[in-house]
Amino acid sequence: MSAEQEERAIRCLVAKVGLDGHDRGAHVIARAFRDAGFEVVYSGLHRAPDDIVQAAVQEDVDVLGISILSGAHNTLVPKVIEGLKEYDAFDDTLILVGGIIPDDDEAELKELGVAEVFGPGTPMAETIEFIRNNVPERT
Amino acid sequence: MGGQDDDAAATPRAPELSDGDAELVEGLLDGSHRALARVITRIENRATGHRAIVAALHEHTGGADVIGITGSPGAGKSTLVDKLAAAYRERGDTVGVVAVDPSSPYTGGAVLGDRIRMGSNVGDMDVFFRSMSARGQLGGLSMATADAVKALDAFGKDVVIIETVGAGQNEVDVVRTADTVAVLVQPGSGDDVQTLKAGILEIGDVFVVNKADMDGAERTLAELEEMVHRREGPTVGLDAGHHGFDAPDHPDDPEGEVRDGDGERDDDESDSESPEWTPEVLRTVANTGEGVEDLIAAFDDHAAHLRESGEIETTKRRRYAEEIRTLVRSDVGALATEEIERRGGIDRLAEAVRRRDTDPYSVAAEVVAPIVDCVETGGE
Repeated sequence: MSAEQEERAIRCLVAKVGLDGHDRGAHVIARAFRDAGFEVVYSGLHRAPDDIVQAAVQEDVDVLGISILSGAHNTLVPKVIEGLKEYDAFDDTLILVGGIIPDDDEAELKELGVAEVFGPGTPMAETIEFIRNNVPERT
Repeated sequence: MGGQDDDAAATPRAPELSDGDAELVEGLLDGSHRALARVITRIENRATGHRAIVAALHEHTGGADVIGITGSPGAGKSTLVDKLAAAYRERGDTVGVVAVDPSSPYTGGAVLGDRIRMGSNVGDMDVFFRSMSARGQLGGLSMATADAVKALDAFGKDVVIIETVGAGQNEVDVVRTADTVAVLVQPGSGDDVQTLKAGILEIGDVFVVNKADMDGAERTLAELEEMVHRREGPTVGLDAGHHGFDAPDHPDDPEGEVRDGDGERDDDESDSESPEWTPEVLRTVANTGEGVEDLIAAFDDHAAHLRESGEIETTKRRRYAEEIRTLVRSDVGALATEEIERRGGIDRLAEAVRRRDTDPYSVAAEVVAPIVDCVETGGE
């Protein structure tokens, strides 16, 4: 019986990891996502990779957007991905990284499982479009 | 409520679980965080099959103390919930939190910010924190919240906290699914206390003046005390007239002992004469954790009161009755919607009414007629 209409929303976690106090970008992204109709959970500043994993698993987000401007992405992102795997949450979470990431590192991150890296100046609409097209299909 | 299992043969069968969902339920009962998170998502989405999941979980529920926390925006709910969760963890309890935030009525989007305040419990997986948005469901929100609480309960959480902004019927309905309700007020919100009178005052089992280190805390405490005692009864209400705003019935106490004195008196009352619960008025400073122990003691007192007076059964029965009614209403409503479609859609019917070909009452009667037939003939 299909008495109720399914009400699905794309859930995103916007996460700041590590010792990086610059969250203006994360705020702007969070608002843009909200206005796109997504449900956005914002992690707050200075989170450890474990905290991000905990939030991503518990909130069961479709999209994990990690904002890193400190240059520590090569240390922090793998830890987050490891954690997600531990909870069996890696396969169907779309992982995005935003920030200033050198090209070489970008390739490496994508190899690890990051779906896309968005550098400074990326139009908001592009990121939102990417999410809409790539959000993991869940049954 | 295990007694009803005996006559299970007579009760309707639960909706059937699909294989994937059965696995999910099994995972949840086995303690998989991922499965629990998934189940809550299914519940939130009102996804096909979520009913069977909740139905399968129901028999595993009933073990958790469910606490609702509400109050105006900025009263400090999230910060207090964080400290409460940490205090519960300290004494060995596992905690589930469902934080409900409003969503935009225009885009459906939402920023769920309550998690930011959960600073004391990051990295502790035994605090399961879940943000939910209102998603504009009419009356469905309280249903979704109640179902999410069931999932956390079945998972084995000792305490489940529901946190929501105390504005509007939706939120009141949400928080009513809790066994114990705490209403948070911040000092200097004289007008807030006024607005609280309508609706929120009746649902509070415990009132908390948070940010009690701020100016005006004593006065807010006094106002709340007065209101709480006024609601006890007409005679008491008249009596409470002497609780002037400027003359609280207890001296200001910088040490925060107000609650203790009050608590003792409440105990006396409940022991001797009536099993009625008199709401407690407490003070906390969520930032520093001051008063959190007392608040938990008050929650425990209330839970004990519910158990000892047998009130818990009445409340639970009332709540389940409400749940059944909501479900039946939504199912019958869906049937009616299908019937409307079969009759050419709501627009066509509305146009017919506009042209004075028919009237709303006749249309409604026609739409419902097949359902009426079924009920009257007792058929399926």
